[in-house]
Amino acid sequence: MYDFLRTLDRRWIFLLVLLAISVPILLGLKFPETPTEQVRNAFEEVERLKPGSRVLLSFDYDPASEGELGPMATAFVRHCCQKRLRMYFMALWPIGPQMADDTIDRVIHRDFPDLQYGRDYVNLGFKPGNEGVIKVIVTDLRQLYTTDARGTNIDRIPMCAGIRTVRDFDLIINVSAGYAGTKEWVQYAASPYPKEVRLIAGCTGVQAPLMYPYIPDQLRGMLGAIKGAAEYEALLLEKQYIRPDEVRYQEGLRRMGPQFVGHILMIALIVLGNVLFVLGRRRERVR
Amino acid sequence: MNRSQMIWVVLLLLGGSWLAWRATSMGAGRVFVVEERGTERLADGWEAAAGHARLSVSRTVGVWVAAFFTLATLSFLYRDNPLYKLAESVVVGVSAAYWMVVSFWTTLIPNLFGKLVPDWVNDWAMPDLSPVRDDEWLGYLVPLVLGGMLLWRLAPRGNWIARWPLAFIVGTTAGIRLVGFIQADFVNQVRATIRPLVVAQEEARARGVFQLDVGDTISNIMLVIGVFACLVYFFFSVEHKGAVGKVAKLGTWYLMITFGAAFGYTVMGRIALLALRLEFLFDDWLWLIDTRGARPPDWTGWW
Repeated sequence: MYDFLRTLDRRWIFLLVLLAISVPILLGLKFPETPTEQVRNAFEEVERLKPGSRVLLSFDYDPASEGELGPMATAFVRHCCQKRLRMYFMALWPIGPQMADDTIDRVIHRDFPDLQYGRDYVNLGFKPGNEGVIKVIVTDLRQLYTTDARGTNIDRIPMCAGIRTVRDFDLIINVSAGYAGTKEWVQYAASPYPKEVRLIAGCTGVQAPLMYPYIPDQLRGMLGAIKGAAEYEALLLEKQYIRPDEVRYQEGLRRMGPQFVGHILMIALIVLGNVLFVLGRRRERVR
Repeated sequence: MNRSQMIWVVLLLLGGSWLAWRATSMGAGRVFVVEERGTERLADGWEAAAGHARLSVSRTVGVWVAAFFTLATLSFLYRDNPLYKLAESVVVGVSAAYWMVVSFWTTLIPNLFGKLVPDWVNDWAMPDLSPVRDDEWLGYLVPLVLGGMLLWRLAPRGNWIARWPLAFIVGTTAGIRLVGFIQADFVNQVRATIRPLVVAQEEARARGVFQLDVGDTISNIMLVIGVFACLVYFFFSVEHKGAVGKVAKLGTWYLMITFGAAFGYTVMGRIALLALRLEFLFDDWLWLIDTRGARPPDWTGWW
């Protein structure tokens, strides 16, 4: 048995992982979620805003992270729509505007057709320059954003009137898959202007541990990986912003089933690997 | 043909036949759209069944191409093969082209030519861009010249000219990042570490009574000790022996727990990505399941 496990082809492990993720998806396995403090704080930041408040949503991710960040983006936009906030989409990643359009299509066009482009939401598009973009727009937004993503002059967009800098927004929501993303928003917007810039973020699992030191002073709330998205959705359900039968808004909750089984398998494999390691050392000593 | 190849051929034939049967009899993998306010939006199966939506051939082909490339990429887990190589090459090629086009239309046109010759850009490319020049338009000649110098590295001679704009990029990036790190990651983090080691409960304090908040007290003590121990671990001017060695060892434990948490989060992220791809294959492509309630029940299932 020992020799069999030691020389086991890794492709059997891949097959096990495939089954561990596939079966819960096919069976629709779901678990209840209890929101953590960071997610509650993020939720409360949106919740405290009055209708008509300005929210900047920076979608700094691409399709490679859609599995983790798509549910967060959907949950944030749904919450903003329910609260009747004015949404300004932008992106530091080139495919970010398309991710914003996708979310707008999924949430606003489908369930909030009364919201108007230019009055209730606008897509400002992508600007290259990473942290350089943030550095400029914290002092002068119009220096970089002369038009929106459709090429319309920003001065002709009613909801952009009166916006000079990032500090004019009541809240910044960043959905981030890496560089440039949450860290840069913390460094160049939230840290220099701690009283004027309120920042919350949803980020990938790889990034999340690096963001914890910024909570709560520089980053007021955070959704870490798909678990954060599931917890946010649980809060939306709790506050009745989404109905239990609106399964399109429960992608995070749905993906926690495969997470659970996948993690059980991972833990089992780590334990098995360590047992094999200890057994191997004992055998060597005996020899 | 050896035994392994035979098995693969049989599996591919069976899988292909099943797919063809599903696509023709059930219509799996179809995408519908509906016209609304002059734009096209994705429609669900219910709208299509009610006759309000039409089949989108381009999006349907897109779903099948996406499914093919997903399977081609995952096939690398079995072994390297031509399908994987094809998927990899397409990703690299499309990404490079996409970056080039995006940079041209979002940087060069509005931010450089739009400042230097705005009337020309307004006339030719962006009708909504103001045709009036800024007062400081001459300043935009600097990035134009630096950009030209950067491209000089492609020339057979004098490619040292490209080092100057490169030096400018390195210098400005270092300057910008230095300021950001000092403020956000040094000063603010030092401030965040200065915490009371004994925390009183807020409610009791309001009543004029001292009552220890055990959770926050332990949390703050662990935080301060953790920062101190990790700093000692990275302090190499003193040999890690005796008391210093023990504190450094404690720092190692803190770091290991941090790496463990980071690994756990990474696993979660990767599983989420795999789950999305499998959901796409089972739901959008094969219609085995209906996770979003997007289709009438008789449109979904194994048979």
